[in-house]
Amino acid sequence: MDLFEHQGKEFFAQYGMPVSAGEAVFSVDEAVAAAERLGTPVMVKAQVHAGGRGKAGGVKFAADIDAVREHAGNILGLDIKGHVVERLWIEEASDIAEEYYASFTLDRSAKTHLGMLSKEGGIEIETVAVENPDAIAKIWVDPVDGLTEAACRQWVAEAELPEAAVEGTIDILLKLYTAYTEGDADMVEINPLILTSAGKVHVLDAKVTLDANSEYRHPDYQQYDETQVRDEREAAAHSHGLQYVGLDGTVGVIANGAGLAMSTVDVVNQVGGRAANFLDIGGGANADVMSAALQVINNDPSVKSIFINIFGGITRGDVVAEGIIESMKRVNIDSPIVIRLDGTNAEDGRRLLEPQLGDDLVLEDTMLSAARRAVELAK
Amino acid sequence: MSIFVDETTKVVYQGLTGSQGSYYGRLNAEYGTQVVAGTNPKRAGIEVNGVPIFATVAEAVEATGATASCIFIPAPGVKGAVMEAAEAGIELIVAITEGVPAHDEAWFFNQLKRNHPDVQLLGPNCPGIISPGKCNIGITAGHIAKAGGPVGIVSRSGTLTYQALYELKQKGIGVTTCVGIGGDPVPGTSFIDCLSAFEVDPETKAVMMIGEIGGSAEEEAAEFIKNNMSKPISSYIAGVTAPAGKKMGHAGAIVSGGKGTAAAKMEALADAGVRVGNNPTEAGELMAEIVAGL
Repeated sequence: MDLFEHQGKEFFAQYGMPVSAGEAVFSVDEAVAAAERLGTPVMVKAQVHAGGRGKAGGVKFAADIDAVREHAGNILGLDIKGHVVERLWIEEASDIAEEYYASFTLDRSAKTHLGMLSKEGGIEIETVAVENPDAIAKIWVDPVDGLTEAACRQWVAEAELPEAAVEGTIDILLKLYTAYTEGDADMVEINPLILTSAGKVHVLDAKVTLDANSEYRHPDYQQYDETQVRDEREAAAHSHGLQYVGLDGTVGVIANGAGLAMSTVDVVNQVGGRAANFLDIGGGANADVMSAALQVINNDPSVKSIFINIFGGITRGDVVAEGIIESMKRVNIDSPIVIRLDGTNAEDGRRLLEPQLGDDLVLEDTMLSAARRAVELAK
Repeated sequence: MSIFVDETTKVVYQGLTGSQGSYYGRLNAEYGTQVVAGTNPKRAGIEVNGVPIFATVAEAVEATGATASCIFIPAPGVKGAVMEAAEAGIELIVAITEGVPAHDEAWFFNQLKRNHPDVQLLGPNCPGIISPGKCNIGITAGHIAKAGGPVGIVSRSGTLTYQALYELKQKGIGVTTCVGIGGDPVPGTSFIDCLSAFEVDPETKAVMMIGEIGGSAEEEAAEFIKNNMSKPISSYIAGVTAPAGKKMGHAGAIVSGGKGTAAAKMEALADAGVRVGNNPTEAGELMAEIVAGL
């Protein structure tokens, strides 16, 4: 789950990290009212789940209320890398002397946490990694031990931050690590972490991704789930608890298991078609789940054919077939369906489907032949 | 021979009293697995499908001599269940449960490494392990696999594992052991753990490896293969056409920052001498060619 910058800052503030006062707003009038309460100058910042906001014109300094009105009007509705700006964060402007970078994430290869700190902040860390890799100080933290103050101090020394920033940075990094672990984040990033002219270390930006698997112990994360940006299809699938990712093709895909679903998308593309989606219905392919899946796919206007690819392991082919037949009664499907059914009780399943077959319901023997047929029907 | 399990492996099921645990525990027992015990602190003394329930794993081990455990406990309890099994002396822990927070996984992975280095943890979020004809721990449908070898399978994806087992069976090819390592960010058992076990297993003559996008486990396996594997390998990587930044079902299956692409993984494997198929069927056909040439 990706957080907007302002949510990330509220999240950080819960762990005692210094962030600027501000307000999230959705209109020009709200932006002006927020700036009046905060007092100018302020920053007007686009809130989208995408980097490069500054370059795209989504972050502006406003010296007075007129400037707030002008910038808010320009930024709302702006398209930043395909994300249309619907909300703004109006915050007190900061006096920046220096910009740094700090983050924690899981190093899947080392299977420990990885902290990165650089005195070159304000630009993307990937750029620093390419152009000046020595400017990034790394620390690997064993989750069992956690980040000790001594290790943190050593790490900050390696990053060669100026003396004035050392103590404030150590304090923030220790809190950032606590936010990262206790908050069950996949990633926390501060870019930039700034030193103000007054000599204070301060969090100027916040990028946070939370682990959706941890929601059971963080009931307040429901609020973040509600602000995830999903297209209409993804929102509909999510409400049915289906694992769905929207793509831009014409062949709707339904499969059981994430690997098989991914593989089905691959095969559709390999035989010259384009998949409209990734959809994993999981292990229980009963009529309810199948109906919900077909409904979601059927509501996608770009879908011209549907490929149902089921491999029955524990899931039985006859149950899957019954599910398909039942859901075709419930949902009025606009596109022809191609089914590939293999594995446990697949023959029983195929026999059940036999009387229903026709132009709109086709059975194929293999994943490849079914993909070809579905692609053909989508043309 | 098989790796990690065989017909003598005695298994305790943590969560055997739950709906999933009792269902798969029964199927595993029917397959021939020695399902010797279950645990539930509140229901010790009862039986589930004839299997005795103990309050703790330690008591189950004491009474039955179990050396493996299979976890069907809901996600919030998995961290405790893994540590309980390790502390009770269990050697192989198979965690089927999905949805375990990544921070829990990273914590118990390192805790085991430090204090219980001999414990083999499989999963979480994995289908389990099957040595056809001998032992089946987890949720794989036993009858889709042909016993006897000469192929070993290791896979990050559940249904693609079944697909691989089934395709090999259709071609008359048997499997020594099939290990589903799971699709989470911190799997207890890696490709390399399985590859090195297959390399020294005399009955395994070739290995089929099924990976997917995200992380760098396949690239690390390729490096290992180049330097350490003498046995031929065929492979398939799911997600060749997956868009960047979108999580494809599994928590670990995501291409981000240009890393974890299927193309890079396929190239690394091909470079290590692995025969890489463009889809599961092709990988199966490549394996049939390898087996025919053994």
